[in-house]
Amino acid sequence: MRALVAVALWLLALVAPALGEEKVVASLSQNRVQITSDFAGSEILIFGAIKRDRPVTSDENLAVIVTVSGPLRHEVIRRKERRLGIWINVDATPLPRTPSFYVMTSTAPLADILPPELDEEWGISIDRAIAPTAAGTKERAALLRLREQADLYRAREGAIQLVDDTLFRVSVELPANLIEGGYQTRIFLLRDGALIDEQTANINVQKVGLERLLYNMAQQQALLYGALSLFIAIAAGWGASALFRYIRS
Amino acid sequence: MQVYLPIAEISVNAFLLLGLGGLVGILSGMFGVGGGFLITPLLFFVGIPPAVAVATSVNQIVASSVSAVLAHLKRKTVDLKMGLVLLIGGMIGAGIGVQVFNALREIGQVDLLVTLSYVIFLGLIGALMFVESLGAIRRARGATPKRRERKKHNWVHNLPFKVKFRTSGLYISAIPPLLVGVFVGILSAIMGVGGGFIMVPAMIYLLGMPTKVVIGTSLFQIIFTSGFTTMMHAYTSQTVDIVLAVLLLIGGVIGAQIGAQIGLKLKAEQLRILLALLVLAVCLKLALDLLIQPSELFSIGEA
Repeated sequence: MRALVAVALWLLALVAPALGEEKVVASLSQNRVQITSDFAGSEILIFGAIKRDRPVTSDENLAVIVTVSGPLRHEVIRRKERRLGIWINVDATPLPRTPSFYVMTSTAPLADILPPELDEEWGISIDRAIAPTAAGTKERAALLRLREQADLYRAREGAIQLVDDTLFRVSVELPANLIEGGYQTRIFLLRDGALIDEQTANINVQKVGLERLLYNMAQQQALLYGALSLFIAIAAGWGASALFRYIRS
Repeated sequence: MQVYLPIAEISVNAFLLLGLGGLVGILSGMFGVGGGFLITPLLFFVGIPPAVAVATSVNQIVASSVSAVLAHLKRKTVDLKMGLVLLIGGMIGAGIGVQVFNALREIGQVDLLVTLSYVIFLGLIGALMFVESLGAIRRARGATPKRRERKKHNWVHNLPFKVKFRTSGLYISAIPPLLVGVFVGILSAIMGVGGGFIMVPAMIYLLGMPTKVVIGTSLFQIIFTSGFTTMMHAYTSQTVDIVLAVLLLIGGVIGAQIGAQIGLKLKAEQLRILLALLVLAVCLKLALDLLIQPSELFSIGEA
């Protein structure tokens, strides 16, 4: 696999037209994740090369950042408070357009490679990418805390391997509790705190087979789906009863 | 073995779900309760979203109740006429309950409603049954085996629309069983339970039915009320997870058969005291969750 990737990258670098500047050429090990009934997470390998029309010098000072961001959802953060002796939800704060999943990987600690202005413009770090308008609130802090505990938000500084200032690769684990939708992958190339190039690619996460069929049926033919659930339940109950009668007689 | 649930959108261990189903099935067959009051909180634990847990557990209850009621029908311990009256009430109640559930889901108070309902009902009924069963056991040991209680007349006997329930040996108004049905239907939809734990005591203490008939009749009613509730949830909020339900009910139907056999070997008072203890234990656990400060005050809800 690794050798294959290397050859692919080398070919990519060869066919690339020579320009006066550096560019990122990247690819994913898969751009489609299928959720089947035995789905237990997946791993996506993101790899690429930096192509340039001049030889590599020793002081390139390059940095690569790769982010993967899940479908946006409108989340509501609820807070509990003690009322009349019991703990109940007292208020709800909406956090619109929040990624359900976010992973940020980089070649080095973000503080060393990414100036705050760029982070603000592109929303790269978790702090900037997730509900930045609510920054500083307790609710957003809670969202980040809960999602990080659930392994849905991750920052992996230094996880990207950059070989000879040319080839890079990083693997991103997608957890088993994925939701369907488009997962956007962004690749940033930086030098000395300046953005040189940016690339995006999409990973499509979709239920397939029985999972897809059942999900669609539940949404589009709710009555039929309900009837099917009931039929299975009654048949199973009757079947077990008949079976036990048979065993006993 | 991990299985991805299409509606709950999470991946869980299949054997864990089979085990949960089996445990609840045994209780269902023994006590004539659907077991929903155990399976719903257990599903929360596994990480199933509350709305899916409630809707799916009512579907699972249908399966284990069908399995158990067939065993009871063979022994002629089902009062079909009483069951019919109860289930008419149950359908009305379930309709109301699903509306309340969906309304509260929108304002984020469903968890509170569910937990509070559990604590109140389980606490009251558990305590009542426990005290009564202890008294019954003490009386059984005493010299005078009197059976005066069931003949006692109360307000239930003074209402109109009297109907003869032959299997139960009762001649009472149809209004109290109908109201019991409505009440149980509401709880079924809100708590994801069959409502047996409310109905069984109500039948014994309020309606005065004989214990042996109560379990079969309650299961009979539960099948239809839970079936109706499943349809309502599937239709209004698409929260019934069929894969989750199948896993639970495979364990559940087998457990129910085993439970019905165990139930035959125990005396009625012993059955009731065991059920009372179980109900009180679940109640205590849920009450502590409400009273003790949670370690995380925030939660991510649905928009």
